[in-house]
Amino acid sequence: MALSTSLHIVSGKGGTGKTTVAAALATALADVGKRVLLCEVEGRQGIAQLFDVPPLPYEERKIAVGLGGGEVYALAVDAESALLEYLQMYYRLGRAGKALDRFGIIDFATTIAPGVRDVLLTGKVYEAAKRKKGGADGGRFVYDAVVLDAPPTGRITRFLGVNEEVAGLAKVGPVRRQADSIMSMMRSRSTRVHLVTLLEEMPVQETLDGIAELKKASLPVGAVIANLVRPALLSDPTQKALLSGKLEQAAVSRALESIGLDGEAAPDLITEGLGHIERQTLQAEQRKELGDRDVVELPALAEAIDQGALFELARILHTDLLKEGS
Amino acid sequence: MARKAASSTSRSTGPSAPVRNSAVRTSKGGQLDIDDLLADRKVDIIVCCGSGGVGKTTTAAALALRAAEQGRKVCVLTIDPARRLAQSMGLTELDNTPRPVKGVDVGAGGSLDAMMLDMKRTFDEVVQTAASPEKAKQILENPFYIALSSSFAGTQEYMAMEKLGQLHADPDSRWDLIVVDTPPSRSALDFLDAPERLSSLLDGRFMRLMVAPARGPARVLTAGLSLVTGAMTKILGGEFLTDVQAFIAALDTIFGGFRQRAEATYRLLQADETAFLVVAAPEPDAIREAAYFAERLTSERMPLAGLVVNRLHTLAGRSISAADAESGAQRLAHDGADEAATATAELLLVHAERVRRSLREEKVAARFTASHPKVPTVAVPALASDVHDLDGLRQIGGLLAGVAQPTAAAD
Repeated sequence: MALSTSLHIVSGKGGTGKTTVAAALATALADVGKRVLLCEVEGRQGIAQLFDVPPLPYEERKIAVGLGGGEVYALAVDAESALLEYLQMYYRLGRAGKALDRFGIIDFATTIAPGVRDVLLTGKVYEAAKRKKGGADGGRFVYDAVVLDAPPTGRITRFLGVNEEVAGLAKVGPVRRQADSIMSMMRSRSTRVHLVTLLEEMPVQETLDGIAELKKASLPVGAVIANLVRPALLSDPTQKALLSGKLEQAAVSRALESIGLDGEAAPDLITEGLGHIERQTLQAEQRKELGDRDVVELPALAEAIDQGALFELARILHTDLLKEGS
Repeated sequence: MARKAASSTSRSTGPSAPVRNSAVRTSKGGQLDIDDLLADRKVDIIVCCGSGGVGKTTTAAALALRAAEQGRKVCVLTIDPARRLAQSMGLTELDNTPRPVKGVDVGAGGSLDAMMLDMKRTFDEVVQTAASPEKAKQILENPFYIALSSSFAGTQEYMAMEKLGQLHADPDSRWDLIVVDTPPSRSALDFLDAPERLSSLLDGRFMRLMVAPARGPARVLTAGLSLVTGAMTKILGGEFLTDVQAFIAALDTIFGGFRQRAEATYRLLQADETAFLVVAAPEPDAIREAAYFAERLTSERMPLAGLVVNRLHTLAGRSISAADAESGAQRLAHDGADEAATATAELLLVHAERVRRSLREEKVAARFTASHPKVPTVAVPALASDVHDLDGLRQIGGLLAGVAQPTAAAD
């Protein structure tokens, strides 16, 4: 049990692999013995796919055990269940809750009224992060950490800040109090918003924009995680020889033939080598764009992401991201 | 242009034949013919949808540019908040008004305008056109409206479809083709649901409940209703409820028109004049999403023209296998020979990685084809670097149409 629950919010441009990174981060935390809740809020069932378990219900389920004996629980938060649970938990609205449903209000609140979804989704994350063993006064927290697979960078500031909007609308009352508490958790020292990117121009630009927006909204920026980084496979001398044209096709052909491979593949190999250099140069440029902030690099793995791959990524995150004992 | 002439003759069924049949657009097997689609004058809306990060915006821009340079008068509407289209089209200001894109070859008689959706402004305009000036003022100043129109998620999709409807219905329109990019999330198909949601909101008991107190007939206050308002006051606080009620009551007067237009837009999307393109990257998540999109579109009877698989890493025709390359590299490096041998060993490793990635991508993309054999598909080879100018978009357009080759082998 923990003295406080740390909240890791993982966002990133679409296609950068934020779900994979969130899952690897949860695994890394479990590897050092933590009890972790991994949440998804977009109804994609990405966590179930990664851990190869059946689709997650609205219920916290143990899905993995870390090397250090910690545990990963997973939860797919959906707005409708969150609302019904919320009404029951805070207002004990038995009969009235059903009446709300009958009048189409649950449906309205969760699907029609834009924004209410975000309030409910962040509200559930808040509830899980603040839950204590043995009820509200029970001392220690149920989870050491909550990892949230959050909406993409373009939407993250709005998503996390939605309760500020609510606080502006509801001037008094329980909704206002709840909104204020959620905002102070989002801005607290135990919360970090990590941004996943690729070392490509548009994702990096979006990441930099996202960082600026988060800072402006006083939300705590954590690490930048560069995912799917291509390893450098060509040595300096080879790169120089390729770029200067000194590496002759005929020489490559001869080398290929010396080991019984098709010498005619030489021109294609040289073109691919040049493509590789171009890509590496691009990566290095984009890495520079990110400046001197904390950037954790995760390699592109050869095979599809499975649980073994998650452990591999978790090891890197553990050394590079969680080094300060968070 | 030559392509246009070629493609119109290839459509043997003639201009009056139904064009929605995928067999018409399919030239060889399940291959999607983009130029055929762009040349089809009956198609006046192309919607690009797909999950985030698959190159949807770039695809929409490239299609729009290609269509314009083939003689169509095109407007491209983007909804992405990252302003990526603005960057790639050299536009620094996109402000809800379509503006001409500079540098487009208008030799074939076409033109290209681009705009980015300003969500709040679109909403404000809807209110202003539908309500009387003082009613509009009342709505625009309501705190609930301000929050709804500027910051809440979901409004984007509603407004995107509203804007599309407006552009399409504009009697002074200077366009014969509108290319639409859609919001980058799972909710990307929310734009399909928007009209239905509006209708269910308007017809729902909730609406009547919220408007009732403003209209005042006490008789609707049944026991159940007072229980509900009681509960809502308890949760939300009295002032909040009053704001919401005032907002909905005010909006009630304009919703009729809003809903009518939303329903008209939905029908517009179902019509033969519309073509949906699902865009995906050869990654398991993106392909899964693409399958979801394809199924949703089919079940909504929306005209799905095909799938674009972006950034596929292709291999040269004849190629050394990954295993041969790796073992070859080992032997070459082992012999510790000259510079050329070392370089070749390294190149073989680059090649092996490429082959493995390419095979993995092919396998992933094949999953879609296997489960949706009737959906025509086009694969776009990956480029070595990012696209950020018209030349880049032109190249993508050529790749989409299958008439260009990538200039370098993208790693």
